[in-house]
Amino acid sequence: MTLILYFALFIVVSIGLGWGFRALLTAVTSGEVKRAFRDMPISASFGLLVILIYVLVAFLAPVLAPFPEREVVGARYMPWGAPHYLGTDSLGRDMLSRMIYGARNTVGIAFATTALAFIVGSILGLWAATVGGWMDQGLSRFVDALMAIPALIFSLLLLTIFGTSVLTLIIIIAMVDATRVFRLARSVAQGVVVMDYIEAARLRGETMWRLITREILPNAMAPLVAEFGLRFCFVFLAISALSFLGLGIKPPTADWGSMVRESATLITFGDVTPLLPAGAIALLTVAVNFVVDWQLHRASGLKE
Amino acid sequence: MGHVWKMVGQRLALGVLTLFIVSVVIFGATELLPGDLARELLGQSATPETLAALRAQLGLDQPAPVRYWNWLSAFLQGDFGVSMANRRPISDLISARLGNTIFLALYAAALAVPISLTLGILAALWRNSIFDRAANVGALSAISFPEFFVAYILVLWLAQTGLFPSMVRINPTTEFGDKLYMAFLPALTLTLVVTAHMMRMTRAAIINLLASPYIEMARLKGLSPMRIILRHAVPNALAPIINVVALNLAYLITGVVVVEVVFVYPGLGQLMVDAVSNRDIAVVQAVALIFAAAYVLLNLLADVLSTLSNPRLLHRR
Amino acid sequence: MADPLLTIKDLRIEGRSGDDWLEIVKGVDLTLNRGEVLGLIGESGAGKSTIGLASMGFARDGCRISGGSIQFDGIDLRKASEQQRRELRGKRIAYVAQSAAASFNPAHRLIEQYCETPVVKGVMPRDQAASDAVELYRRMRLPNPEDIGFRYPHQVSGGQLQRAMTAMAMACRPELIIFDEPTTALDVTTQIEVLHAIRDIVAQFGTAAIYITHDLAVVAQMADRIKILLRGEEVEEAETRTMLSSPREDYTKSLWAVRSFAKATQPAPTGTPVVSVRNVTAGYGKVRVLENVSFDIHAGRTVAVVGESGSGKSTTARVITGLLPPERGEVLFDGKPLPPAYTARTRDQLRQCQMIYQMADTALNPKLRLRELIGRPAQMYLGLRGKALTNRIRDLLDLIELEPDKYIDRLPSELSGGQKQRIGIARALAAEPRLIICDEITSALDQIVQEGILRLLDRLQSEMGLAYMFITHDLATVKAIADEVVVMQQGRVIEQGLKDEMFQPPHEPYTELLLSSVPDMDPDWLSRLLEQRAAAG
Repeated sequence: MTLILYFALFIVVSIGLGWGFRALLTAVTSGEVKRAFRDMPISASFGLLVILIYVLVAFLAPVLAPFPEREVVGARYMPWGAPHYLGTDSLGRDMLSRMIYGARNTVGIAFATTALAFIVGSILGLWAATVGGWMDQGLSRFVDALMAIPALIFSLLLLTIFGTSVLTLIIIIAMVDATRVFRLARSVAQGVVVMDYIEAARLRGETMWRLITREILPNAMAPLVAEFGLRFCFVFLAISALSFLGLGIKPPTADWGSMVRESATLITFGDVTPLLPAGAIALLTVAVNFVVDWQLHRASGLKE
Repeated sequence: MGHVWKMVGQRLALGVLTLFIVSVVIFGATELLPGDLARELLGQSATPETLAALRAQLGLDQPAPVRYWNWLSAFLQGDFGVSMANRRPISDLISARLGNTIFLALYAAALAVPISLTLGILAALWRNSIFDRAANVGALSAISFPEFFVAYILVLWLAQTGLFPSMVRINPTTEFGDKLYMAFLPALTLTLVVTAHMMRMTRAAIINLLASPYIEMARLKGLSPMRIILRHAVPNALAPIINVVALNLAYLITGVVVVEVVFVYPGLGQLMVDAVSNRDIAVVQAVALIFAAAYVLLNLLADVLSTLSNPRLLHRR
Repeated sequence: MADPLLTIKDLRIEGRSGDDWLEIVKGVDLTLNRGEVLGLIGESGAGKSTIGLASMGFARDGCRISGGSIQFDGIDLRKASEQQRRELRGKRIAYVAQSAAASFNPAHRLIEQYCETPVVKGVMPRDQAASDAVELYRRMRLPNPEDIGFRYPHQVSGGQLQRAMTAMAMACRPELIIFDEPTTALDVTTQIEVLHAIRDIVAQFGTAAIYITHDLAVVAQMADRIKILLRGEEVEEAETRTMLSSPREDYTKSLWAVRSFAKATQPAPTGTPVVSVRNVTAGYGKVRVLENVSFDIHAGRTVAVVGESGSGKSTTARVITGLLPPERGEVLFDGKPLPPAYTARTRDQLRQCQMIYQMADTALNPKLRLRELIGRPAQMYLGLRGKALTNRIRDLLDLIELEPDKYIDRLPSELSGGQKQRIGIARALAAEPRLIICDEITSALDQIVQEGILRLLDRLQSEMGLAYMFITHDLATVKAIADEVVVMQQGRVIEQGLKDEMFQPPHEPYTELLLSSVPDMDPDWLSRLLEQRAAAG
């Protein structure tokens, strides 16, 4: 019952924050941007605010955290209260500080992975759609076959083989995810490639590089940006899931997924501590999804 | 009708080809190792003799295509090889767990499919209403939650009060009714995550069609909104809806991994996670192949069904 | 006289544009008596479809009826509940859409869709509706009326579907039918059959109708009265014959005058043609699209390639540009063979032959400004840079009658349809070509805008000696601009020659059919044509 009460309170506060942040954004901007913000749903405004806070926390982690990331500073499993506002973990490290450093580690690694997946996937996808022919067919069929293996299962297989360091983790998840980016980039580019202006550019004798960068990419940008948000969510959840399974980012690095794993036993005693890192993950993904949903809605609405 | 079966036949052939490629990828992944499996297992300090012995034992002294063929033909006969960690036959490890995992996935599917299709159709019918917006925000949130977050909230809420067990202790002798009760929380966790996806995609598939001229025609024929959705939109949205369902059932396959770990559910996912931490490659390969095969077959089934649901293909000029 | 069936007073409809509501119908009055056919005429954006739908009490998503009253047989459709309006639709007011192929549900058989309204509305049981459908299909002169209902929409041709849709609209014997451009998507030869069937059935049942179209000649055959609309306002309304013989308003007169532009006749050409298509046979995979096609285009002349959809006009253009290398035959440029594939052609060969597309929206990259769109060919082919390039772009804008200072940094989305097509022309001119291929470049434009484009092309031709290959299905356009005509049907050249010869009898049978099917601005044209064809047997 109390849980439902807290939940309701959380929703009311979120709506309030979203509303306030939108009012603030509308006040400090002008012109086209102001119009966009004014029509933004409260969910998207809340999402933007959350993302902003996470980014700030990630950058300012050493300033904000009251204790170091990896040092034992108290007894084990201390309850909530000053100076350890969120208690301590199974080794006696400060939970709050590790949460704050987690923003830097978990989000940073997920972001780097997504960026890598994106660069590889979209360049190959745009290229394949533009050249067409058997090279496109060959590459696409190969990617299809790779995508026939579920992402998490494929990642687990590769992690077994290559081991579970952070670097291999980033490369493996990025490569598995790049197949998805490839497929989207290719299909978006295919929609553009059939346009008469591409035919005109080909007949003009434009080079492949110019075709992709000047004619196709500008018209494929909007869906690719939205996709970046979605892919980030997938990657972030995948890395968190792997860390939770003990196969991703490992202690003593503060990471939300593995922090859930370490403190999981507390839940059976009714202690909500494990929900904090899990909730931190959930909140960021929700926020990104809200913003992406708004952007996709805008893109589809502006078409008419 | 002949050409439809020809198309179905083509799809099936493509499915078999995909399965073959998948098996090659799963087997061949070990070939990507800088050294080989034996060195990886024994470490840098191993003597040449022990390395050679292990290679012979694992069959690593044979060329890769031969090893692949032996592995696949044994696999097809139900012989998955021997676990490198505990030397037990992998078939023994898998047999009971496979049933449990299938049970859990079907349990979740039986809950999720009817709920999400109904919600998706209702959201499309009442689009832009409060119901639709709330369902949209709710679904978006549920999609964004990591499975373990949903699982722990359910544990905190339902298991703390003692309504349902938070650990699943089932064995082959457990009664069906007890199984349903014991596995309720993991199944519910999976349902929540999958329902959100399926509902959103069903809604999108239907709303996509609502702009088509034949829907406007139906409205101008003075039909009721419910009739327009059920009679004019849904039959044309069948192909995307079938794909949505298949995609999400396939998602269940990977979703079980995390959920099984949270609830200590004796399924394939648990086994795979343990094997990955022990770097027991033989087990990981076997389980990965089973998961991937199920995934491919589901997509194949959806492909065939949506082909069969297209009147343009069923009734040609 | 009895009360009118439909009375619309001061109708105002708003359409959503971003955050704002813009008025798209600005206070239109309309009266329709029982059994009467009213023609609504206007160019795109005139609001004619919107008014048609509003007479069913319906507004498309993103539109709303914001003012005025709509009385149908004593019922105020604006005040009626959605339930009441729904009851009327299909039963007492029916609708026939522009594209029957898209407006029939692909998942159900035609007869299922026919029976739906009568059964759901409780007008008649299913068996009776089904036998009634066969009767109506017969009256609409559909082939195999007993069986055609058991087909799916994709199994039936466009002209037949349009008639089946009219039959479906008749299912409950409504008092009013809205025809929304029912023949616009059809070829001229098919159009005749549909017009004939619609006119007969409406007369037989004494149904009142609103016939919406942009084609004056078509509406002259169908309507008792004509109302002309411009940007959501009425221009004038009169009996059909009065309207045709003595229009009052300048705008109406300008609509009538549009087809007056015609290029002066020139003697037969001599010398080496710029482009010569020699015995070209081509296709996609196993499907043959072109069969032994040959014709020449000389400098300073326009060759119009005419034919209905699927006749191979655009494919011929693809062979000339090198997008589709032919199976047999060749394309000569100045008497020398061109490499079949564009990838094998030199930059100079590519420069000589430029193309203008039908849909300016898809032919101009929406993310590039005019400066780059027009400047790129000049920069690539002629090596212009910096100041010289800017000057060239400004000259080109002057040439297509767009003010350089105002337009040079605009995006295509900031232009009107006609302006976009002019940019397409400027881009082609920037390469300083010898031949320009125009692929249906005026068919997406309103008549007055078309006229401007045709005059511009004519002026450029006489100034620069350009050769044009002009692909079109519209014979009025051919009369206006062509020097020579090539008639194509199913991938073959049926007839070719000088324009004046082509428009004089005797013709090949297909050319005759094509020419006679183009509606005249004469209310008796259809009746006379049908009599002639009946007499010819």
